Amino acid sequence: MAKVESRKRGGLSQDKLRGLYREMLLIRRFEEKVEERFRAGELSGFLHVAIGQEAVAVGVCQSMADGDVFASTHRAHAHALARGMHPNALMAELYGKTEGCSHGYGGSMHLYDVEIGFLGANAVVGGGLPAITGAALAFKFRKEPRVAVAFFGDGATNIGTFHESLNLAQLWGVPAVYVCENNHYAESTPASQQLPIKDLAKRAVAYGMHSITVDGQDVEEVLRAAGRALEYARSGKGPVFLLCETYRLVGHYVGDPQVYRAKEEVKELRETQDPLDRVRAKLDLADEDFEAIEREVDELVEASVEFAKAGTDPKPEDALKNIYA
Amino acid sequence: MPELTYREAVRDALSRAMREDDDVFIMGEDIAEMGGSMAVTQGMLAEFGPERVRNTPISEMAIVGAGIGAAMQGMRPVVEIMYEDFTTLAMEQIVNQAAKHRYMSGGQVKVPLTIRTQGGAGWSPGAQHAQQVEAWFVHVPGLKVVFASTPADVRGLLWSSIYDDNTVVFFEHRILYPIKEEVSEKLEPIPLGQARVHREGEDVTVVATGRLVHETLKAADEAEKEGVSVEVVDPRTLLPLDEETIVASVKKTNRCVVAHEAVVRMGFGAEVAAIVQHQAFDWLDAPVERVGSKFTPIPFAPVMEQYVVPHASDVLDAIRATVGRNGG
Repeated sequence: MAKVESRKRGGLSQDKLRGLYREMLLIRRFEEKVEERFRAGELSGFLHVAIGQEAVAVGVCQSMADGDVFASTHRAHAHALARGMHPNALMAELYGKTEGCSHGYGGSMHLYDVEIGFLGANAVVGGGLPAITGAALAFKFRKEPRVAVAFFGDGATNIGTFHESLNLAQLWGVPAVYVCENNHYAESTPASQQLPIKDLAKRAVAYGMHSITVDGQDVEEVLRAAGRALEYARSGKGPVFLLCETYRLVGHYVGDPQVYRAKEEVKELRETQDPLDRVRAKLDLADEDFEAIEREVDELVEASVEFAKAGTDPKPEDALKNIYA
Repeated sequence: MPELTYREAVRDALSRAMREDDDVFIMGEDIAEMGGSMAVTQGMLAEFGPERVRNTPISEMAIVGAGIGAAMQGMRPVVEIMYEDFTTLAMEQIVNQAAKHRYMSGGQVKVPLTIRTQGGAGWSPGAQHAQQVEAWFVHVPGLKVVFASTPADVRGLLWSSIYDDNTVVFFEHRILYPIKEEVSEKLEPIPLGQARVHREGEDVTVVATGRLVHETLKAADEAEKEGVSVEVVDPRTLLPLDEETIVASVKKTNRCVVAHEAVVRMGFGAEVAAIVQHQAFDWLDAPVERVGSKFTPIPFAPVMEQYVVPHASDVLDAIRATVGRNGG
């Protein structure tokens, strides 16, 4: 496992940390509920949960400002929730209901919410990166102090859109932040079989791009690093590559038997790399305070399932709408 | 009335839109100082500057994708893909992203992007610079597809494409750039989805696109000498298609030929033939004839290239075949 230097500096207030923890826990419990409901046969399609990667989502999304936009990947629930999407709208989408964030047209891999600047999850690896470069170009054209953020995984750094997008963004100095969630697996394929270099930041540096590497399991560190990255981009200095070293504590998709890695590896990761454990250790809270957060989050997640199940099915012929503006 | 070449007409539409609207800008390979590989954007850098006439790296995915992102923010980018053969490099962005964002978002976003590209045979660039690929795009829900054949059309349709709220793949034909036509002083936008009847006739309808519109007009002159009256319809917009004009014409003439430079097999003409047989079956006196390139890549040697692509003589043969079916 990659060792990442974690610089100790002035810590966050307990209140702020508590808020971050609550967001991360909401994602964790939401994702666990998704796994449970999928296994119960209630959810269709492909589902990819972000268990283990909550600190990246929360740290980056909490650093963004109103008016900033972002694009995500097939593993997008965490980004949506962390940026403020209500669990009801997300769960309803997974159930294919009109109350869903994409009104049932998208599903888990195609979440959108323009109100929060969410320009789309993307089921094509690297598919969303060029448009983030373009959104940032629009902000630069209009001299708006906004930043466009792309989330993607280590696997995406092998695809052409990544290279063309970073090259163009640096060339034009657009306000974009490229957030690489390096969870060390491209679906089932480990880094050793898909990446000839260990330090992915070198790929951004090759384009002359400012790069920041951070321990993606430490929400405080991510928050601080993302804040710096966004500030850099917003101030007109150009794009930033934000490399978050993180770990997927579950399979690639819900139901993935993970034949490609040893059970011990997953067990060890869960014991040593759980971002929730990290933040819990920093929190000076009584047991009943932790329990209160758990209760509040559980209720919210449970309510989202009830909301989704009570939602409205689209009419089949609604499939013929929204093809053209 | 001023006369413009097809090349000048494209430039005129782009320039007028950029003069009136800060949200319109153009980007592509070699479009600034060089003025584009076909000299379409010549002089535009001097007028609009390098921010709005943006030279790009050779990165088709990023060019189209950046256009998508800027369009989703409400700008109206016009990107140039130097040769339509190179749209292959941007196919994922066009088909999976530009065409589907609106749908996947349940109607939340718009992608008002125009992708200009050009190609076609007739000057022996060989297999990777001369193919006609419009049929690939008319198969994709969410895209609009335009293929203009005259200066007036290319100007009016490009304007409408820029101001359409959807992604438009806009085909120009390399051989048509020098042709001239009178255009109005004022730019009259031409609505997408509206065919142009170039010539009225009684005996055969030829539905032609791009360079083949001009080949068909030559063929129609020849047919006239043989006593056959040909109606020439250019759909101009391939998606959405003006089926009404095409079908009405066939119901009048009772015969139909479709003609394009792209290969016949699975070409745009196949769809037109299907529409005609379905909507005008009882009016047809002969099978729909199809004219297009032979099923090969475009060869280099000029004699082979000219053998592969269709000409006025091929259209004339097809016209004769439909008329001969029931004895003229």
